[in-house]
Amino acid sequence: MTSDNRLAGLDKSLLSGREYVGASRIDGPLIYMRNTHPIGFGELVECIDSAGRRRTGQVLDTSTEAVVVQLFEGTSGLTLPGTRMRFMGEPLTLPVSEQMLGRVLNGLGHPRDGGSLPRGEDELDVNGLPINPTAREYPRDFIQTGISVIDGLTTLIQGQKLPIFSGNGLPHNQLAAQIARQAKVLAESQEFAIVFAAMGVKYDVARFFIDSFEESGVLENVALFLSLADDPSIERTITPRTALTLAEHLAFTKGKHVLVIMTDMTNYCESLREISTLRGEIPSRKGYPGYLYSNLAELYERSGKILGRDGSITQLPILTMPNDDIGHPIPDLTGYITEGQIVFDREMHGRGIYPPVNGLPSLSRLMKDGIGEGMTRADHPHLANQLFASYSHVKDVRNLASVIGEEELTSLDHQYLEFGNFFEKKFVRQSFTENRSIEQTLDLGWKALAELPAEELQRVTDEEIAGHYGR
Amino acid sequence: MPQRIVGQVKRVNGPVITIQGITDAMMMELVHVGEQLLVGELVKLDGMEAVVQVYEDATGIAPGDNVYGTGLPLSVELGPGLIGTIYDGIQRPLERLRELGGDFMRRGIGSPSLDRSKHWDFSPSVGIGDTVVPGQPLGMVQENERIVHKILVPPVLAGSGPYTVIEIASEGSFPIEQTICTVENSEKERLPFSMMQHWPIRVPRPVADRRPLSIPLITGQRVIDMLFPLAKGGTVAIPGGFGTGKTMTQHAIAQWCDADIIVYIGCGERGNEMTDVLREFPHLIDPRTGRSLMERTILIANTSNMPVSAREASIYTGITLAEYYRDQGYHVAVMADSTSRWAEALRELSGRMEEMPAEEGFPAYLPTRIAEFYERAGYMTTLGHQEGSVSIIGAVSPPGGDFSEPVTQHTKRFVRCFWGLDRALASARHYPAISWLDSYSEYVSEVAPWWETQGESSWVESRAEIMELLQREVRLQQIVKLVGPDALPDSQNFILEVCSLFKTAFLQQNAFDDIDRYSTVGKQIRMLQLILSYWHLGSEAISKGVTMVKLRRMKVVQEIARMRFSVSNENLEELDRIALRLERSMSQLGGIYDER
Repeated sequence: MTSDNRLAGLDKSLLSGREYVGASRIDGPLIYMRNTHPIGFGELVECIDSAGRRRTGQVLDTSTEAVVVQLFEGTSGLTLPGTRMRFMGEPLTLPVSEQMLGRVLNGLGHPRDGGSLPRGEDELDVNGLPINPTAREYPRDFIQTGISVIDGLTTLIQGQKLPIFSGNGLPHNQLAAQIARQAKVLAESQEFAIVFAAMGVKYDVARFFIDSFEESGVLENVALFLSLADDPSIERTITPRTALTLAEHLAFTKGKHVLVIMTDMTNYCESLREISTLRGEIPSRKGYPGYLYSNLAELYERSGKILGRDGSITQLPILTMPNDDIGHPIPDLTGYITEGQIVFDREMHGRGIYPPVNGLPSLSRLMKDGIGEGMTRADHPHLANQLFASYSHVKDVRNLASVIGEEELTSLDHQYLEFGNFFEKKFVRQSFTENRSIEQTLDLGWKALAELPAEELQRVTDEEIAGHYGR
Repeated sequence: MPQRIVGQVKRVNGPVITIQGITDAMMMELVHVGEQLLVGELVKLDGMEAVVQVYEDATGIAPGDNVYGTGLPLSVELGPGLIGTIYDGIQRPLERLRELGGDFMRRGIGSPSLDRSKHWDFSPSVGIGDTVVPGQPLGMVQENERIVHKILVPPVLAGSGPYTVIEIASEGSFPIEQTICTVENSEKERLPFSMMQHWPIRVPRPVADRRPLSIPLITGQRVIDMLFPLAKGGTVAIPGGFGTGKTMTQHAIAQWCDADIIVYIGCGERGNEMTDVLREFPHLIDPRTGRSLMERTILIANTSNMPVSAREASIYTGITLAEYYRDQGYHVAVMADSTSRWAEALRELSGRMEEMPAEEGFPAYLPTRIAEFYERAGYMTTLGHQEGSVSIIGAVSPPGGDFSEPVTQHTKRFVRCFWGLDRALASARHYPAISWLDSYSEYVSEVAPWWETQGESSWVESRAEIMELLQREVRLQQIVKLVGPDALPDSQNFILEVCSLFKTAFLQQNAFDDIDRYSTVGKQIRMLQLILSYWHLGSEAISKGVTMVKLRRMKVVQEIARMRFSVSNENLEELDRIALRLERSMSQLGGIYDER
C-alpha cells in the first residue's frame, strides 16, 4: 500500500519499464508480485531469472495489493528472491512483416529456425480488435478444395471459419494438408498465404506439415508458429493470437488471401483450464472456465472479409474430440461460434474411407450464398440437398437391415443401400493426392443418385433430372 | 468535460473492476473508467468499495485510475432515427463508430445513439391549454415511409397532474434535442420536452393495463402458424444445438412475421450473421406493405468477440427500444439470439465477482433474471390509451443440445410456447427443424376465436387431427423399426404415408425459395386441408380394398408434394383445383372397385 500511495500521483508512462526484484509467490506459470507501481491490466512483462534468461509474460490480474503475471515460457528455474520483473506499460505486441512467410517461429513469434527476427513493418497488439459488424463483407467466394465431400456438401467459402472435428488417430492432419495444398479460388489467380499455428502437438505432426508444404513447393508462402508438446503449456494460450495477428496483417494490410490452420484447439483449451484452475476460478462444465466461449470467440471471429479491403482470412481449426464426444464443451462451444463443421467418423475410417467425413452432422453455414449458378453450377444447391436427404435415409435403411436382415428389405430399400455404398466408396472416398474439379464432384454426385429411381428425388427439379440424371 | 470523480480503481480482473474511495456513487450508475473513459456500470456497493463492470476491453487500466460518474443509470436514447440503425449492446451506433474509428472497434470511442444534427418534420396533435397525461402522443414524425413515430409525453413526470400544455411547436422541422413542447404541472412548474427521451434499460416502461392475448403473430412459417402458434404479446423459446437452425428460424420470422417493428438482438453470436442481416434485409420486400424490411427493423449487434458485459446489457437495450415503440401503439417482435450467451455473460461476470454459484456455475439469480426479461413481453394498453404489444422470441443454445441444462429449463418455466429444434431433422436437412413431438404452444385455445373471425373455424379441429396422426405415426415407426414396413396392413401404412407427405409437403419450408419461404394464412390452411382430405379419402379407398401402391402412384399426390413450391400465395384457386383433382382421382379408384 505504501508504495502505491507514493507512486499513484506519478504519470504512468514515467514508470513503465521499471524493474522489480523478488516475487512473493510462484504457482505453476503464475507469478505474484507485491509493492509495485500501479500496473495496467493485460500489460506486457519481461521476466529475467538469476541466470539472465528472459521470458515474456502478461498481467492477468492487477490490484493495489498484488499483480498476477502469467509467463508464457513457464516458470521452471525461477526463485522468489532472484526473479526480476520489468513491466513494459504496453500490451503484448508482435512485430509483423511479410518476411515472416517461410519462417518457423515459436508461439510468441520468436524465431525457432535459428535465423534472426524479421524486421517488423508494424507492431500489433496480439489480442487484436473486434471487427465492426458493419465493416464486414459477407463471404461468398467459393474455395475449391478438390475434395468432393467438402466441395459438394460442406462447401468452404473464402473468409469462413470451418473447423475439423476429429478424434485421436484419425487423418485430420492429412486432410488439412490436402486442403492447404489444393485450395484455390476459381476466379482468382492469387495463391493462398498459409499461417500455421501448432498448439501442443507432437514434433512429428509439425514435421508432417512442414514436409507436406515443402513437397508441394509452398513452404516460402507459409508462416509456422510452433508451440510443441514439450514447450510450456502456457505458451499455447498465446500461439493462436500471434498467428492470427500476422494473418490479419497479411490479409487486411497486404491484401492477401490467408488460410489459417490451427491444431489442436483441444490443447489450447486445456491450457486455459490449467490457468483457470490455478487461479481458483469458479469452473463451469468439466472444469473449463466460464469464459471459454468468449475466449474461443476472440480467436474464431478473427476471420472474414472487410469491405473495401482485398484480403481475407479463412480459418481451418482442427480439434480432437475427447472420447469422440461431439457434446464435449470444446467441440460444442466451437460449433456455436464457427460457421459449420466437418465431422470425422471413426467407423468410416475403419472401413478405409479417406477422408472419413460424416456428411450428416457436417455443415457449412456459408454454403448457401457461395454455390449455384455463376459460382459453382446451377444444380449444386438442389443436388447437395438431395444427397443429404437420400443419404440420411440410407442410415435408416441400414438400421432396419441390421434388425430384420437385408433379405427382408424392399427393392427400393436395396436401391438405397446401393446408393449409400456408391456415395461412400466413390463420392466421399478419394486419395490423398486426388484433386477433383467441382464439375467432377457434381457429376459424381449425380452418378450416385442414378442408383435411385427418379421418383425418389424430390429435392431436385424436373429440369435438373432431365439434364443430369442417369447421364 | 467536467466530471465527478466517484472513486479510484483498486483491482482489475477482466471486465470486472473493483473501485475504492467511493464518495457518492449510486447503484447501476453509468461510469467512465480511466483516462480512456471506458464505459461501465456500477453493479455493487459495499462500504467504501464498489464493483463496476466495463463494457469495453479493460487492457491498460491500472490501480489508482480515476472513475468518473455520470449521475445517470445506463439508459437508452429514444426518439426518431432508431429504425434501420444498427447498434452495439449499449446502443452505440456502429455505422457511426466505423466512420470515427475505422473497420475495427477501437476503445473509448463514443457517439450519441441518435443523430443530433438531423431535422425531423414534426406535426403537433395537441394545442395550447390542452391537458395531457404521461405517455400520451404530443405529435408525430414520419420516421420513414412506413413508420409514423409518435412523440410521447415521457411516462414519468415531475410533480402532480393535471399537466397543461403551455407551449407547443407548430408544424416544422426540428433537431431532436430542441424543445418542442412545455407543460405545466399543478405546482406551476414548467416541464420542457424535446423529441428525444431517455429511459434506463433495466426498468420496464410503465403501462396502463395488461390485456389478454388473443391475436396470433402470423409468421408465414407453416409449422409455427398451424401447429404451434405464438400470440402477439407472447413469449417463445427456440432451443437447439448448433447447426439445428435457430438463427435461420429467427431470420425467417424477422423477415415475414406480421409485427410492425422488429428488434433483432444478435447477442454473442457470429459477426457474419449480423452482416448477413445487414446486407440482406434492405433488399427484402415485406409482402404486406411492399416496402423494404429494413424500414421496420432495429438491429442490436454484440457479436461473440465484443466485450462480454455489453452482451449482458444488449438484451435490455433491445427490449427497452421495443417497449418504446409499443407505447406508440405498435406490435413489436423482439428476436433475442441467443439468450444462452446472455446467461453465460451473467455467469462470467458473476464468477469474476466471486459470487457463490448455483447450477453449472450459473448464479443463483439466473431464473429471476430470465423471468424479469420474459415478463416484459405482453399485450398492453399503453398509458396513452393505445394498444400495443411486445412479443419475445428467444433462442436458447443448450450445451451439447441437451435440453435439461439450466438455461433451457428455467426458460421453459417462463415462456408459454416452445419450439424445440431437433438434430435428427436438421441432419436430414428438414428445415425448419422444429420437432412436432417436443414443441408445444399454450396459445392454441387463446387464438382459436381469432381463426373463427377469419372464417377459418376448422383450424382447431384440423390441427388436432394432424397432431393425432403424427402421434400415431411415432408408435407405428417403432413397430416398423422392429419388423419392417411390410408387416403393417395398408391402413396403417397409409398413416406413415400421409405423415411423410405432410412432412415433406407442409412442415418443411425452404427459406431460400421465392415462393415457399412465406405462406399466407389462406395458403397454409388450404394446404393442411388438402393433406387431410387425402387422408380421409385415401383411408376410405383402402377400406374398400384399394392398395396403397395405387394411391401413392396417383399423379395428384406428386402435385400435393410440390404445391409449396408451385402454388404462389396469390394463386390459391390452384389449391382448390388440386383438391378437385384429388377427389376425382380418388373416386375413379373407388369406382373400379365399386363396379367389381
